[in-house]
Amino acid sequence: MARLRPGAVVLGLVVAAALAFPFVMRAEGDAYYLSFASRILIYALAATSLNLVLGYGGMISFGHAAFVGTGAYVSSILLAEGVASAWIGWPAAIAASALAALAIGAVSLRTRGVYFIMITLAFAQMTYFLVNSMKAYGGDEGLTLPARARVGGGIDLDDAQTFYYVALAALAAALVALHRLAHSRFGRVIRAIRENETRAEAIGFPVYRYKLVCFVIAGAAAGLAGALLASHGKYVNPSVLHWTQSGSLMVMVIIGGVGSLWGGALGATALLGLEDLVANHRVAWVAALLPNYPQHAGLAVGLVLLAVVLFAPQGIAGLLARRPR
Amino acid sequence: MSGILILEQALNGLQFGLMLFLLAAGLTLVFGIMDMINLAHGSLYMLGAFLAATFVSLTGSFALGVLLAVPATAALGMLLEMSLLRRLYARDHLSQVLATFALILVFNEAVRIVWGTDLPLAAPEALSGPVELFPGMLYSSYRLLIIAVGAAAAGLLYYLVAKTRIGMRVRAGASNREMALAMGADIPRLFTVVFGIAAGLCAVAGALLGPILAVQVGMGENILIVAFVVIVIGGIGSVRGALVGSLIVGMVDTIGRAFLPIAFGAFLPPQLASAAGPATASVLVYLLMAVILTLRPQGLFPARG
Repeated sequence: MARLRPGAVVLGLVVAAALAFPFVMRAEGDAYYLSFASRILIYALAATSLNLVLGYGGMISFGHAAFVGTGAYVSSILLAEGVASAWIGWPAAIAASALAALAIGAVSLRTRGVYFIMITLAFAQMTYFLVNSMKAYGGDEGLTLPARARVGGGIDLDDAQTFYYVALAALAAALVALHRLAHSRFGRVIRAIRENETRAEAIGFPVYRYKLVCFVIAGAAAGLAGALLASHGKYVNPSVLHWTQSGSLMVMVIIGGVGSLWGGALGATALLGLEDLVANHRVAWVAALLPNYPQHAGLAVGLVLLAVVLFAPQGIAGLLARRPR
Repeated sequence: MSGILILEQALNGLQFGLMLFLLAAGLTLVFGIMDMINLAHGSLYMLGAFLAATFVSLTGSFALGVLLAVPATAALGMLLEMSLLRRLYARDHLSQVLATFALILVFNEAVRIVWGTDLPLAAPEALSGPVELFPGMLYSSYRLLIIAVGAAAAGLLYYLVAKTRIGMRVRAGASNREMALAMGADIPRLFTVVFGIAAGLCAVAGALLGPILAVQVGMGENILIVAFVVIVIGGIGSVRGALVGSLIVGMVDTIGRAFLPIAFGAFLPPQLASAAGPATASVLVYLLMAVILTLRPQGLFPARG
């Protein structure tokens, strides 16, 4: 398994760049890209949580958007009902998503292979349709929030810079947790199950329970990403649970690097960056070929993804590690 | 009165089920024989509908337009198989899911560039009115046509798979690919042919459902998921399973949407019923799938013993 091990220097540079980013943007007077960077951080958190299931656990879950969406909706409904404190809303979102992951995982993990892919997809569609029919909370039109969640202690999430740092802290915590988890006994067992489930079972590990715990942890982290996402846009609608959203999260993990610590973060940056690049930066020679090309960002994403799957299955992390299989 | 309503919804369910079968049969064959998850199946359904709408407006004849769209879509499908999908057979399911997910994005944008977001496609003039099945029972003649064509296509497919030489190879490939290869079946060509048939069936479903639903970008995505539910319920790789699964899902979905809100209304206070009825109806097929998978993890008719 090719794993990116950035040296302390690279890690330091990445952390410094992430910390300095809002100040650079303020100097440039650019509000859009600060908000955009927060969005990348949140998706990086969601993709990192999926990478735990997909990359480390080898479980091809095609319904991760269900957990992001559950977190987003639970925190939004609490906000809409007047519970403004993030200290209540976000743990509630995490707990609800963990519970959803427990219920969905308990049934889905009894199946294998393609059946697992399909049943996670089906459960995600179920949550999508359920949310769609919640007329009291906007139904298919979505729910506009009065404000972002309140943290207190002088931290104002409505300030774009503060929100950026909160999202960054959440992602950093997730990455540290994933690193610790991957090197713990639990992480080794999970990877052993990925490599050979029958053998792990024969050695005597309760395979089903290990997989379920892994699934629930990832679901909980996705719930936090969902709560952040809802607060970030001050708006949530059922499309956060749509199956194409689950697909996008998988795309991020694959582009970034399956089973690599930085895979989710790299993939979220690459995918959202590519979409933004196509949509907002006009390139003359492409425009000459296809005048309305900024409206067709999906085409670029699709072609890049095809190229990654066919030619670089280890993703960006694999290219950076330059360790051919 | 109520009996006629139930009969009408049952016919609607049958019609939806047969169209689902046209999609699910191709999906389950591609999966059963090539061990390939093809999310882009819904894109072929969309392409078939757009091609049909184009040919219908070019020729001025619904039948001729649909008849042209089917081989055109089949040819596109075979081209896609030979150029790209063939490279994915040996890869893991994750790569297949992602590559074909990428194809959905590419096809959606390609269709948007060539045709725009939607195309008009109307049912033929002669079939626009209802017919009287028996005194007091009116039913859309176009939906009857769909049922007839769907049943004919299902019959033809059954004949093809169960009675012909190519069908024998298909069944051999689905039950044990390595053995079929060892016995000298020309597997690469078989794969291309199967993919062409699957794409053609997609076009039939897309063209026929076009006037009822809508010919628009993204039309293949939601029905694709339902088709996956069908083949998982039926047992992946089994055409018989796909037929039974399609009819079950078509009926359960249609009947559920029509009668669950009424049934809930009889037991629950109206406010709760108006919210819970449609919500339960929309998740009914997924619940059904979860229950069946819990009881029979390999589906109703597992193709491999």
